Amino acid sequence: MTARLARTLSSAAVAALTAACASYSEIPIETPIRPTMDVSAFQRVLVAGFISGGTEDVDGNLETTRLLRSQLRNKSGLRVIDSDSLPLMDVANEGRSAGNAGDSASAAAAPKDEKEMDLYSNVFANVEYWKKIGEEYQQPLIVTGTVLFTPHQRNSIVQREEEVYDSFGRRRVVPVRTYMERKGFVLSPKFIFIDGRTGTVMHSQTAREEILYNANQATPALSSYFELMDRVLPSFLSALSSQKVKGTRILLQ
Amino acid sequence: MKALAFAVLLGGLPWPAQADARGDAKEQVKFGIAVAQRGLWREAIYRWERAAQLDPTYAAAHNNLAIAYEHEGELTKARGAYEKAMELEPGNALIKQNYELFREINDRTTRKDAQ
Repeated sequence: MTARLARTLSSAAVAALTAACASYSEIPIETPIRPTMDVSAFQRVLVAGFISGGTEDVDGNLETTRLLRSQLRNKSGLRVIDSDSLPLMDVANEGRSAGNAGDSASAAAAPKDEKEMDLYSNVFANVEYWKKIGEEYQQPLIVTGTVLFTPHQRNSIVQREEEVYDSFGRRRVVPVRTYMERKGFVLSPKFIFIDGRTGTVMHSQTAREEILYNANQATPALSSYFELMDRVLPSFLSALSSQKVKGTRILLQ
Repeated sequence: MKALAFAVLLGGLPWPAQADARGDAKEQVKFGIAVAQRGLWREAIYRWERAAQLDPTYAAAHNNLAIAYEHEGELTKARGAYEKAMELEPGNALIKQNYELFREINDRTTRKDAQ
């Protein structure tokens, strides 16, 4: 009697488990994200260039300008204007030297950190300059900003998985915490969107992404730059064009 | 028979009525899933809204509705429906997981660092 009861209970448990398993299903979805800005007044976009700093291994201005132009060509409805990057550091230095003659010499070199980068931010508020650029290119949407790509090092305890075999030769994966020296890069871009008709800033967005590798791993700076930009791009693109984010969700019964 | 009548009197009438509502809501939810899996999201929304009306305490209906709103880009409505589902079943890990994934996307559109 007890055995029969146990069988009944166990089959009931199996049935309940099956029902529980069948009560949800995974479904792919695409979430449309509306653009942050209304760019309907523009047909064209000018990626004007960036004030870049940090490591000398990557030309942040050149690479960011190229990358954003190619992304905008493929993923926005705007026509991308091909032109040389604007000499933004010179313009910023001119503005600074007009205001304070003593600072221009120290600001001639590429900025090394965020504090130095801030010294150049006056160029983006120069309405007359951007209005003139806007007139030159038939009043497009202008994309500009700053890109700081700096080497980074952090020593910390990290968890990794290690294979171990017991006396019977059975494999197990166990988490192991070790103190490691890690090196990598930090990418801190600031994207500024300027109305080419008025020369005023319409919108700006900042981001900060970092990547770390084992100290003995030699990863080229340029590949780290692209890996980090890949993380930042969806947010950049969602500012001016609708995007669809793919994912999966669980439907319940 | 007497015992049954007593039990009904004790519990009041809502219990069987509620059971019916849940049964009807489940049918709507099931149908909604079938059509959503065929890509008919507007029909799925209609079904899950109906389910939520029939049984407002049915967390699955709100969860599914939230997913459909998310798919249609109605992010404010999606947030409301997820929050309702979480309120009804705070311990449900699947609802929580859906909500966290939703928040990750939603926060991207309302980032504080953007001006």
